[in-house]
Amino acid sequence: MKKYTFTEKKDTRSGFGAGLAEVGRKNENVVALCADLIGSLKMDAFIKEFPERFYQVGIAEANMMGLAAGMTIGGKIPYTGTFANFSTGRVYDQIRQSIAYSGKNVKICASHAGLTLGEDGATHQILEDLGLMKMLPGMTVINPCDYNQTKAATIAIAEHDGPVYLRFGRPVVPVFTDPDQKFEIGKAWMVNEGKDVSIIATGHLVWEAIQAGEQLAELGIDAEIINIHTIKPLDEEAIINSIKKTGCVVTAEEHNRLGGLGDSVAQVLVKNHPVPQEYVAVDDSFGESGKPAELMEKYGLSSNDIVKAAQKVIKRK
Amino acid sequence: MSAEIDKLESIASQIRRDVVRMVHACNSGHPGGSLGCTDYFTALYFHVLDHDMNFNMDGKNEDLFFLSQGHISPVFYSTLARAGYFDISELRTFRKINSRLQGHPTTHEDLPGIRVASGSLGQGLSVAVGAAQTKKLNGDKHHVYVLMGDGELQEGQVWEAAMYAAHHKVDNLIATIDFNGQQIDGPTETVMSLGDLKAKWEAFGWDVIEMNGNQMIDVIRGFELAKIKTNKSKPVMILMHTDMGYGVDYMMGTHKWHGVAPNDEQLQLALDQLEETLGDY
Repeated sequence: MKKYTFTEKKDTRSGFGAGLAEVGRKNENVVALCADLIGSLKMDAFIKEFPERFYQVGIAEANMMGLAAGMTIGGKIPYTGTFANFSTGRVYDQIRQSIAYSGKNVKICASHAGLTLGEDGATHQILEDLGLMKMLPGMTVINPCDYNQTKAATIAIAEHDGPVYLRFGRPVVPVFTDPDQKFEIGKAWMVNEGKDVSIIATGHLVWEAIQAGEQLAELGIDAEIINIHTIKPLDEEAIINSIKKTGCVVTAEEHNRLGGLGDSVAQVLVKNHPVPQEYVAVDDSFGESGKPAELMEKYGLSSNDIVKAAQKVIKRK
Repeated sequence: MSAEIDKLESIASQIRRDVVRMVHACNSGHPGGSLGCTDYFTALYFHVLDHDMNFNMDGKNEDLFFLSQGHISPVFYSTLARAGYFDISELRTFRKINSRLQGHPTTHEDLPGIRVASGSLGQGLSVAVGAAQTKKLNGDKHHVYVLMGDGELQEGQVWEAAMYAAHHKVDNLIATIDFNGQQIDGPTETVMSLGDLKAKWEAFGWDVIEMNGNQMIDVIRGFELAKIKTNKSKPVMILMHTDMGYGVDYMMGTHKWHGVAPNDEQLQLALDQLEETLGDY
């Protein structure tokens, strides 16, 4: 088991904020829009440097998506910023028609995704957004794992011509990836090679998967851990290669069990090389108020849950 | 000027023929609103817009038009074809399988002249405002035009965009409402009253003018007046009074022809009232 350590914890949304400022410097076509959540999205640095390229929209997310679609006409690359719930469910039709079906180069940047939003509760904790976005033809869906990776992804998506959904979160989590990493859309990251079970994780669950891998190693189980930061397009080759070696898989995500990464992986298995799979995900439920760590425990998304799922799926081989 | 008006009216007559023939040929589509807006489209594409028929999506240094109520696609497609964006023979494929002329317009088929999909109502004004702001950022002095239906104003997003455009002083934008007072289920006053639209848009911070949308001379003058009102820190709205189904007597002034195709006999009745001026496709 490869050893991963961290020296600090940071929120992935701050990775977005830092990435947005940097991509603003690199590409003068980048513009940013926000629906009254500048502080939450950490967009201040961009606004300070590029006030003429920032548009405050107010609490009007549907309009924001339409504006962003329109701004692409003439060559701008709009980054929209609001919570994941209001970036997807609230504006699904606007994204579908004006952005995805119209093939517009809009980057939908969504903070406070998932249970780890915490105390605000279920109204703000969307657990369906990955499913909603991956079902849209032509939409690229990205869910990076830490501050550095979110920053790298924020910069990289400007170079991709087409709509992108970029998902990140509120709580501070360990920063364990390389600050100078190259972010390649659609390319899975092999975190740890192993032979007994494949743990395929995304977002905040990647660190939990690493913790689970260490626990499993102590139990004599050699886990292969893969970080799927790009849920669509999915790196099918990396998944198939892994499960051919290990013969079973655990998927781990901060999302509804239905329609997320687990279902995408299941499709790959069924079509190519069926093996047993266990889901670590929210079991088709809304969330509730609480501290992020408490919620992750209660809804079965902790490293312990990944360990249990791995032990269970190995028995099903 | 009167020669110009005559020319535009002859184009409009042909476009109206195209509209009823297209809808009849596939037995599907929306003739009522299309006929009501034919004068607007004709004036816009053949007199007002500074535009390039060699279409490119970015539309830098040209005027842009967005159709928000995508269901009046027949008049949009006919106008684009007659203006030279694509061959008029393609109009016969409208709403048929493998056509670029989808029931509601889309960029997905790469049809020249279409810059955003529309059909789900209430989104066009937002897109137009975004495009207008990009023009400002690019230092491009051209205008952005958008057409909305009146029933569409029942969508909340329109008012989000209205508020935003005034707040951000998007004054290179000329929006128009096709104010025919009809929607699918009946008159707007019965379905969901729109109230005093002039007062509403003015209260939202817009400069509002009114025009008769079925008299070519009024349409031309309306556009001229609207252009004069641009670049004065306010977005500009034209409340365009039209008759749904204008030009075909039995379709006029009723919601009943909103989304119904004429049969063979009705088609002939319509064509008898519309002079063929440029040659049918």
